[in-house]
Amino acid sequence: MELTTFWFIAVAVLFTGYFVLEGFDFGVGMLLPVLGRNDSERRVLLNTIGPVWDGNEVWLIAAGGAMFAAFPEWYATVFSGFYLPLLLILLALIGRGVAFEYRSKQDDPRWRARWDRVIVAGSLIPTVLWGVAFANIVQGVPVDAAGEYTGNLVTLLNPYGLFGGVTTLALFTLHGAVFLALKSDGEVRHRARRLAGQLGPATLVVAGGFLAATVAVTGSARAAVPAVVAGVALLGGVAAIRLGREGWAFAGTAVAIGLAVATLFAGTFPVLLPSTLDPAFSLTASNAAASAYPLRIMTGVALVFLPLVIGYQAWTYWVFRRRIGVQHLSRR
Amino acid sequence: MTALDLARWQFGVTTVYHYLFVPLTIGMVFLVAGMQTAWHRTGDERWLRLTKLFGKLFVINFAMGVVTGIVQEFQFGMNWSSYSRFVGDVFGAPLALEALLAFFLESTFVGLWLFGWERLPRRVHLACIWAAGIGSALSAYFILAANSWMQNPVGFRIDEAAGRAELTDIGALLTNPVALVTYPHVLAGCFIVAGATVLAVALWHLVRRPAPDTDPIWRSALKLGGVTAIIAAIVLAVTGDLQAKVVTDTQPMKMAAAEALFDTEAPASFSVFTIGTLDGTEEVFSLRIPGLLSWLATGDTGGEVKGVYDLQVSYEQMFGPGSYVPYLPVTYWSFRLMIGLGAVTALIVLWAWWAQRRGRTPTSRWLLRAGLALPVLPVAANTFGWLLREVGRQPWVVFGEMRTAEGVSPNVSLAEVATSFTAFTLIYGVLAVIELRLLLRYARAGLPEVSTRPAGEDEETADDRLLDFAY
Repeated sequence: MELTTFWFIAVAVLFTGYFVLEGFDFGVGMLLPVLGRNDSERRVLLNTIGPVWDGNEVWLIAAGGAMFAAFPEWYATVFSGFYLPLLLILLALIGRGVAFEYRSKQDDPRWRARWDRVIVAGSLIPTVLWGVAFANIVQGVPVDAAGEYTGNLVTLLNPYGLFGGVTTLALFTLHGAVFLALKSDGEVRHRARRLAGQLGPATLVVAGGFLAATVAVTGSARAAVPAVVAGVALLGGVAAIRLGREGWAFAGTAVAIGLAVATLFAGTFPVLLPSTLDPAFSLTASNAAASAYPLRIMTGVALVFLPLVIGYQAWTYWVFRRRIGVQHLSRR
Repeated sequence: MTALDLARWQFGVTTVYHYLFVPLTIGMVFLVAGMQTAWHRTGDERWLRLTKLFGKLFVINFAMGVVTGIVQEFQFGMNWSSYSRFVGDVFGAPLALEALLAFFLESTFVGLWLFGWERLPRRVHLACIWAAGIGSALSAYFILAANSWMQNPVGFRIDEAAGRAELTDIGALLTNPVALVTYPHVLAGCFIVAGATVLAVALWHLVRRPAPDTDPIWRSALKLGGVTAIIAAIVLAVTGDLQAKVVTDTQPMKMAAAEALFDTEAPASFSVFTIGTLDGTEEVFSLRIPGLLSWLATGDTGGEVKGVYDLQVSYEQMFGPGSYVPYLPVTYWSFRLMIGLGAVTALIVLWAWWAQRRGRTPTSRWLLRAGLALPVLPVAANTFGWLLREVGRQPWVVFGEMRTAEGVSPNVSLAEVATSFTAFTLIYGVLAVIELRLLLRYARAGLPEVSTRPAGEDEETADDRLLDFAY
């Protein structure tokens, strides 16, 4: 396999990891006031993701670092081009991360209510904007001969882009609800299960429609395979949660999100960012790539360390496998 | 005001801000690991209580370091896309390695440690904080390797056709002499912050809340913080001296700018402070130590140190017309404030050490007042060190290869940078106030009560018991 192809896949894998993992903690954040009706219940929600959300977020840092190192042109164009959405995402992630740590540090209802709002907004904004951003990366944006983005914020808010945002919103909310059904106990668990069952059919319609639109937009047969499997996995996940099989349901939504990301990347391969001005200006895995030497070095490192990372993160989930209910929380 | 100006200000503000939290995080994780190890080894509850208290301060601070760190990675692409295109092939690799080798380790194991009390076997739980510490120390190395390449580019070639720098030797990049000499200096800078902070908290409690049951515990903390800070101060002095020689070799203009030395001198004196114009062109009074600058720069009190004027001439011959002089008021005063504030920190630490000698309990109000400045002084010294390093590199972003002005994103408007600069400054300002309030509150609250569960509890009761740590 060519090194550039390997790194195209590696970046796709890192983003897949990011969306599958942070997807549910975004979902939990958005559902905080919906499923947590009082402070103890909200704490149950937060403690299901407490030990893991930060580790989940590192997948984004790793994906960003891999973009920078393996495809500097792509990183430079996308990050400078999608300036305002990325700014909003950063502000949201800052607020949210601090909110998780600081919320419990004072026993004052107003203090906690304020951080709760930060958590909801901080989870909702990136959820939607990542969908918008990735849909635009697949569909293409105006990129000139120098590889510079020439559009603005409104360019990104096109129908397919917004469809992407609605899709991540639906998927991550469902994923979060299913995760909570699997990881919480008592009232929260029942509510999460009920809500996931209700959200399921609508999410199927939205995500199914978006995946079909993606295959149509890219005109890529390669994208059709993961798209269909993602749809089936989502269907299975929704069926499982309705049958009360929480573990299977979570596997279903996780696979569906993973393969939806795979669909986006497969749809554009080997193009990284199509130019709507002239296909000759598109950034591809070959014209945007770093040279062979650093790619070779990083390939060696990634092949050794990524499995290791997956190993110790998997162990973290095993350590914190127990369900959490209000009975586990001391009153504070 | 141009987009370039604001992009520079934004980088300065967000980076300085990020680095307010980093030293305490890196230093404290090891001190907390040390405290927990002491508890593990001796079973003495005092160490457990100290672990819990300083662990809490560590986590409050860690959160800020993490979230402001993401901005750093994104900012290169957002505001400095031309820089990113030019250096990505070289500079991207250490950043990617940092995420993969270091940051995953740090973040995952901090989560495990924080929520793993009483959930993990004690030995494994202790290993988690050490793993997080190793992650943070590794992380610092990769970032410094990347930064050192900007100061002293090595292990690369320029591909004229592609118009970019390309990595040719990762070993050279990772063993860049600038990185090797910076790393111990920066780590010692982290330890002096953490040590001084632990000492300050202990001192405050000893003077303000003396109590026979907690005094011995605070004395242990004071000693641990004091020893850490003193060792760190010695390492800082030694590595700072080594660094001055490397800087003189690789970036002589930075050394000249640090002293605002206009004419080449042999021997060159070091001015402790100067009254005159800010950039040092005219001086009214100056307190000078003869030969010290020569000694710092060359290891010989009579050595020749090149001045700004001569270097400007030779840089023009090498790189073409233009000014190659950094902004001297910042380089000159940063150099002095870095050293001065570091030295004051060490003196206050020694004073506190003296006050507790042979079982005495410190009572001096003056010592307490000085002690309260302790956490702030070395943080400020760290900041001035970075200002010297980064402002001293100007006008280059990559020394000799790319000017900062050439690195800015061409397609990002003034309005966009202004929006992001304003947004970051506002949110950072608010968060700084909140974090400071929380740190003070928990530092004042003092040692938490601990209850250790008997080992060998069976699984059944474990299922219903309260979480030892929860959000």
